This record gives sequence, structure tokens and C-alpha cells, in this order.
Amino acid sequence: MSDLSETLDTAVENPVTGIDQSSGNFQYDIKYDFDAGTGLNEQTVDYISAVKKEQPWLRDFRQNALRTFQARPMPTHWATKDLNNIDFSKIRYYLSQGQKPKRTWDEVPDDIKKTFERLGIPEQERKFLAGVEAQFDSEAAYSNIKEAVAKQGVIFMNSTEGLREHPEIFRKFFGKVIPTGDNKFSALNSAVFSGGSFIYVPPGVKVSHPLQAYFRINAENFGQFERTLIICDEGAELTYMEGCTAPKFSTATLHSAVVELVALKGAKIQYITVQNWSSNVFNLVTKRGLAHEEAEIKWIDCNIGSRLTMKYPGVILKGRKARGEVISIALANDGQHQDTGAKMIHAADETTSTVVSKSISVGQGRATYRGVVHIPRHLRGCKNNTECDALLINSNSRTDTYPAITVRGDRHAVQHEASVSKVSAEQIFYMQQRGLTEGQAMSLSVNGFINDLARQFPMEYSVELKRLIDLEMEGSVG
Amino acid sequence: MPVLEIKNLHVSTADKEIVKGVSLTINTGEVHAIMGPNGTGKSTLAKAIAGHPDYAITSGDVLIDGASILELESDERARAGIFLAFQYPSEIPGVSIANFLRAALQARMAEGEEIDASAYYKRLYAKMDLLQMDRKFTARAVNDGFSGGEKKRSEILQMAMLEPRFALMDETDSGLDIDALRIVADGVNHLRGPNLGVLLITHYQRLLGYIVPDHVHVMIDGRIVKSGDKSLALELESRGYDWVKQELVSA
Repeated sequence: MSDLSETLDTAVENPVTGIDQSSGNFQYDIKYDFDAGTGLNEQTVDYISAVKKEQPWLRDFRQNALRTFQARPMPTHWATKDLNNIDFSKIRYYLSQGQKPKRTWDEVPDDIKKTFERLGIPEQERKFLAGVEAQFDSEAAYSNIKEAVAKQGVIFMNSTEGLREHPEIFRKFFGKVIPTGDNKFSALNSAVFSGGSFIYVPPGVKVSHPLQAYFRINAENFGQFERTLIICDEGAELTYMEGCTAPKFSTATLHSAVVELVALKGAKIQYITVQNWSSNVFNLVTKRGLAHEEAEIKWIDCNIGSRLTMKYPGVILKGRKARGEVISIALANDGQHQDTGAKMIHAADETTSTVVSKSISVGQGRATYRGVVHIPRHLRGCKNNTECDALLINSNSRTDTYPAITVRGDRHAVQHEASVSKVSAEQIFYMQQRGLTEGQAMSLSVNGFINDLARQFPMEYSVELKRLIDLEMEGSVG
Repeated sequence: MPVLEIKNLHVSTADKEIVKGVSLTINTGEVHAIMGPNGTGKSTLAKAIAGHPDYAITSGDVLIDGASILELESDERARAGIFLAFQYPSEIPGVSIANFLRAALQARMAEGEEIDASAYYKRLYAKMDLLQMDRKFTARAVNDGFSGGEKKRSEILQMAMLEPRFALMDETDSGLDIDALRIVADGVNHLRGPNLGVLLITHYQRLLGYIVPDHVHVMIDGRIVKSGDKSLALELESRGYDWVKQELVSA
């Protein structure tokens, strides 16, 4: 990565020079006569780009993405028809701070309030999560972390800042792992993205503490179209965590993020997500990592809530001996569809990938595993191990598995295992006979089912996850 | 002294009457054995008392200290002091015995009360020592891949920790070799005492050589047809069930 220090030929003028950023809430001095409003067209994209004072190349990038988005049909030939219910003309694609919808605490539904209480979410965070406050002041915690890692040369900021302050790194990797045209929703994100994280870890630096988006709660981070780019230079190591187990109560019905990871030679990235969307949200996210020689990328992805989640974290195993891993937990309750899985694209010899997926369907909930493993003929010594287990709680729950494994050549080792189990009435009776209520019995079964995966989460996340499952299961019994 | 009363109980499953009028009174401190050939309704009686949803009580009553428990859910009955040692205990993958028992004890505490973890483990290990169990046992998932003997020992450990007032032991001796049988019987004998009433269901007499009952009842075709003391078990051992059946026909 010697060429990284070279700035790109188009020198970038810092557009925020002269504006006091330390206050964190600076105002733009330009009055825009155009309000982004609802709906999406060229003007919306221009507006977003102008508000962010972006360079022409980025505006062109966005406009090009918009055209791709508009040209692409919905992927309903393989995905659920429910996608057709998204009304793109009724969505707000960009809200600057002043435009945040205001809601009073009284308007927040009681079940959401109750869940906050049960999860022990601090008062101030509750208001943010419920959309009552646009900004959660965790700057103190955030700047401590930022300072600590900055000493090691780590860059950790939101992606808007990243574009302004480190264009030479950003532009080199941006949109390379997930090109605009990857799918309709990656194109949408590329057109209107806002917020998300930008992280660069210099060669050999091992970041000892996980960096958390959780400490950086702000409107942009929890936005609808965040864009995250993480680069670990040669031999560097990083763990990143995003989301939190508290339900995100949102009036925005579409969330479409893009997350790109780049692990250069020998680097290791672990990306942990725990998401609990409210049940009106379409959560359509594209996540992919590029693993160079002997690098390792591991996605730990936990999806709870939402109306429809479509998310298949992937790793492109580009360098020899690169390793990719996806650990996925999905819980689909009544009226929810978790369509999750993994993509492992082997593109070099002796690459290894592992997929472990566990899904739980409750009530009328539906969980789908969709996976792609691709190993071309010219490679040798590639290995993949895929394991997907589904647990059904009620007889009307549904689970589907669509594994697409393409292995060419005879010099590879591939294993696929799938299982479906059901929490039996006999098992529930057994536990009830020991004094557990039906809800407690079910949540214990579910926690047991994901236990081996939950242990891979950081302590506080796995504790919260357990409490969350308790709450989900409590509500599922009559 | 707590008392479990079963009054003229009729139980059906899949619309077929299995238990046809059983009455029995068990005081704490007593061990009652119900014996009888296979398929006479012994296990059905135990499951119905514990509140298994597949077994419908069509008439009669079950009372603890004079209060009917029939309106209670199975977990409420459990918390009221009924313990069923299962003939075929369920497996709970991923849930360790230690965590399972902890959850079961937690379920008995008032809202907002938390179990004291160190006191819990101290007590758990003391009970395991009593039952001569390896401490590693509690780290294993409940009944998952257990041998027949391990499953029964796990049931006894749970019983020791949950301290029920009345234990219904359903064919606890089935599938055990002689060593396992002795260990399980020793366990039950340890737990026996003034605060526990036991209903022991078996169709073999051999268990009663290790756990000596105070009362023995013979159940045939859904009814208790003969009751006596431990000598009745010995008589059944030497003469089989046929003579009881013949007595029944001639009566």
C-alpha cells in the first residue's frame, strides 16, 4: 500500500475550511431554495450533493447511480414480491438536521417504551432511538475512542468527513468492492448515501478495542442510507460493531445501507452487527468484503425485527490463502421475513470460507437462507463449509433454504449441512414441568439453539441478545 | 403436613379413557409405589397430575392441601411443588444443566429478585457430591446425547435442586443397568424425608428392593385394584400380576 499516501491527481479543496466543526452542529451559510422533500429524481441527488458540498466527481457518481437504480427492475424474479410494496415516491431521501421529523415521547408506542425499559436502555438514548431526539450526545465517549485510536494512526470518522478529509484513501476503495450496479439497492444507496463510518487502519496496527458505531449514535449513523468503508492495511487488525439491540422505532420505512470492507495482505477484519428494526422497515443491505492474500474477513450478523430484511454478507477471496467467514443469526417473528445468507466468492488458490447460519421462525414468521458459494475450475485447494440450521417455534412458521454452490474442478473440499428442527410440545412441557412459563421455556430453547454462535459476540452484546430473545418469545405466546 | 389427594380421577387421551377412577392420598414423608403391567394407565396418571396438555382430566380432582390444582398450568403446578421425573426426558440442545436449573429456580422467585449465583453453585455442587456426580456434568446440555443412566441421574439432580413437595417418578428404573439403578435409588433415598411425598411408578419389583415403599398399589386397566404394604410387592414378585387379575374377575 505504498501508493496510498499519494494524493489523487485531482487535488481536493477542503470544502469545510473556515467552518467551526468543533461545535458539531455547524450551520451552512447557504440557503437552499430546493427542499429535497419526498421522492427521488436528479434534483434530489443534486440537493444532497450540494448540501454536502461534494466534489463534481461524486455528484456524477451519484447521478450515474440514480440512472442505474431507475433502470434496474426489482429482483422479484427470485426475491419476495413484497418488495413491490415499497413506494419510492413517498420516501424522504435526505433530511438535514433541521428537517428531522419531530415526535413527542407521548407519540411513541407503549410496547416500544416497555422494551426500552426491559432492556435497560438509558433515558437519553431511549429518546434518540424512538426518534424523539435527532441527536444523542455521546461525543465524550466517542472522542475518547477516536483519540485513543488516532495515536495509532487509525482514522475513524463518518463517511462524509472521510470524503472531505481523506479523499486519497476514500476514492481509491470506494465503490470497488460493491460497484454501483451490483444490485438495485446498492445503486440506490450510491445515489443518496449519507452517513456511515469511514475507517482506515495503517499497516501492522492491531486495534485492541472494538470500534463501535454504538458510541457514535447520531442521526446520520442511524440513517436510512448509510455508507461504510473500512480499510485494514497490511497486517492490521480491527473489530467493528454496529447497531444495538434496542428496537429502532422509525417512521422511515426503507433502510438500504452499503458496507464495503477491504483487508489487505494478512489483515483481519471482524464486523459485528446486531440489528432490531421495528416491524415496518424494509431492511435491504449490501455488505461485502475483499480479502487479499492471507487476509481474513469475518461477518457476524444478527437480524431481528423489520418487515423484510434482505442481507447476504459476502467475502471475495481474492488473494491466496484468504479466509472468509459469515456467522448469521436471524429471528423472524409474526409478519416478518428474514431473507439472509452469505456469499463466498473464491478467486484464488487455497482460500477457505465458512458459513454458519441459524434462523428462528416464530408464529407466522418466515426465515430464508440464501447462499452463494462459487469456486471456479482453475483454482485448487479451496475449502468451503456451510451449515444452516433452522428452528421452527410454531407449526405455521416457515423456513426455506436456497444454497447455490458452484464448484468446478476436483481439487476442492466443500461441505454443506442443513437441518430443520422444531421446538416440540414435549420439550416445552418438560421445561414447564420444571416451573418455567411457556414463554420462558421457548426463549430458553431459542437461546440454546443459538448458544454456540452467541458466544462469539462480545459479552455485552450476547447478554443483550439473550434479553431481547426473552422479550420476543414472551410476546409470542398467547 | 402437606398432602396430595387424587380423587376419583378419570383421564382420557385422544378420546380414549385410560385412567378410570383413581383415588389416592399421599402425605409428605410417605413413599407410595404404583405397580402394574404395561399399558394400565400408570404413566398417564402421572402426566395428567403434572398437567400434560395431551391428557384431559374428564372428572375427579387433584388437590394439594385441600386446594384443587386442575385449573393451574403445568408450570404453576410445578411451582406449587409437583415434580415429574420423566420416563423419557426431553433434550434441550445448547442449554446446560446448570443454566436450566438456574432458570427453573429463578422462575420460582418474586419479580425483581435475582438468584445469588455463588450460593446457587455452592448448593448445586453440594447436591452433586451427595449424588456422587462429576461436576463436569452440569456443563453439558440438558439430556443432549445422554445415556439412559445419565438422563435418570439428571432427573434426580433436578429433583434435588428444585425440592418439590411431591415427586411423581415415572418408570425411573427403566433402561438402567444394575449399577445405575443403585445410584439412582441411593439418590432418591437421600432425598426421602418428612418434606417429600413420592409416587413411584414401576412395573418391575426390583426397584422396590432399593427404595422400600410405605404403600404399594396395584393398577390394572385404569384402576387401583389392590393396596397393601411392601409385602404386596414381594408377593407380586413371586406370583406375578395374574393372580390379582383373577381375584378381580372372581370378585
